[in-house]
Amino acid sequence: MQTSQATLRIRKFFIEIGELSYLAGRFFKVGFKPPFEFREFLRQCYNMGNRSLVLVLVTGFIIGLVLTLQSRPTLIEFGAVSWMPNMVGISIVRELGPVITALVCAGRIASGIGAELGSMRVTEQIDAMEVSGTNPFKFLVVTRIMATTLMLPLLVILGDTVALYGSALVENFKGNVSFQLYFNAVFSALSYGDLIPATIKSFFFGFAIGLVGCYKGYYSKKGTAGVGMAANTAVVFTSMLLFVIDFIAVFISDIFYEL
Amino acid sequence: MMSKEKKIVTEAVPGQALKEMIHIEGLYKSFGDNHVLNGFNMNLYEGENLVVMGKSGSGKSVMIKCLVGLVKPDAGKIIVMGQDINELNQEALDILRADIGFLFQGSALYDSMTVRENLEFPMRRHQKKMGVVTDTTPFVLEALKSVGLEHTMDLMPEELSGGMKRRVALARAIILRPKIILYDEPTSGLDPITSKEIIELMRNIQKEYGTSSLIITHDVDCARVISERMILLVDGVNYAEGTFQDLTNSNDPKVQAFFKK
Repeated sequence: MQTSQATLRIRKFFIEIGELSYLAGRFFKVGFKPPFEFREFLRQCYNMGNRSLVLVLVTGFIIGLVLTLQSRPTLIEFGAVSWMPNMVGISIVRELGPVITALVCAGRIASGIGAELGSMRVTEQIDAMEVSGTNPFKFLVVTRIMATTLMLPLLVILGDTVALYGSALVENFKGNVSFQLYFNAVFSALSYGDLIPATIKSFFFGFAIGLVGCYKGYYSKKGTAGVGMAANTAVVFTSMLLFVIDFIAVFISDIFYEL
Repeated sequence: MMSKEKKIVTEAVPGQALKEMIHIEGLYKSFGDNHVLNGFNMNLYEGENLVVMGKSGSGKSVMIKCLVGLVKPDAGKIIVMGQDINELNQEALDILRADIGFLFQGSALYDSMTVRENLEFPMRRHQKKMGVVTDTTPFVLEALKSVGLEHTMDLMPEELSGGMKRRVALARAIILRPKIILYDEPTSGLDPITSKEIIELMRNIQKEYGTSSLIITHDVDCARVISERMILLVDGVNYAEGTFQDLTNSNDPKVQAFFKK
């Protein structure tokens, strides 16, 4: 009994991967053909940026603050406290900033898209759109995926910036390091090799958030219960996918570093 | 696929000279093992109010969705205003849809848009029919006036009552001046007074715009007031057909079951 349930779950997982790949393929096939839903795309960009901005800023600031506070005693013990800006800068820009911002947005945006599209499906709004001569896939799915793909890197940049400010604040208070000195040290430690892979990775994170949110919502079933399920599973699936993408991105950029 | 014997109580089809707006022949649709439509046939004539009545889950909504290409039938012919729905490409289907108004069961107003934007939406999309409209306000106002809700133009759907939502949805269905209006359970979930208002509005709209109406319902009062002809849908086939009077006078127990209170 348990084995058959496990088999079913594995089967369902692979079916979902297949359907998700189909959705991604349909996005690339349809998304770049006119007519473009430019107004709706801008509305989605505004909604998504606006919806997550405060959360991203607060989370980023606290991450910068906590990381610095917790690393200080260890670095002091090894006499390496002057390396703090380098360590914090690199870890935030290369890994923590993109991953944490993406996770925060997965909770906020992917669940929002899942619930919104799910309820539109249940209340026949998607059918009404189709009857009105609109391709609902282009209007709802393509615009949302494009908006998340474009907005996430911007949110990551803002998140990274406030995280570095949080860190600089601690250094300013505890180590009497000026903001100018701190940021000089951070930027001298960072290279294009840190910035470019992190930015490219952020685009993929944004794409994954939009794709999974839309997939769960647009194809939601089981009536109103399906709406809640769509929102919930969108977050779980996106978070998992983000770590897989992160692993692949780190693996690939590591190859380039070695070259 | 099962085949059911079709019982015609009376032929109440209007004169043959009337133009056929919708013609359905041998419509089949299944979802897995659930055979919803099993050879349904129907004609809707110009200016006619045709009611299709059936129990919940009898395939009424699936049939009406097949008519506008929202659901693809397994077999059968659907001719709408002389065009075979199954043979149309997306562009041609969209052009045809501009001549069909659809009132959805739950109103299906777009939650994120105001009443005005809800009404503008089909206008902007069907520019081939409407032309490029720079000022949509007169059109929106006229449609809202037809349903007595001019004052709701800038409200969000969440600020409207169930009856008002249904009326706004009706205004959206008529804004493109369609030749056919499809009503999917127009009175479901409404109190008797609001239901009467909606039925009255449907009659007024039919008089004012001269539309042909296909009404899907299981509301006997709605059918009594609005129908010129009725089809009873049982197990996916048209079981009986006639005027409301013909069907209520029928001795067939299955037909009687619909009208017993």
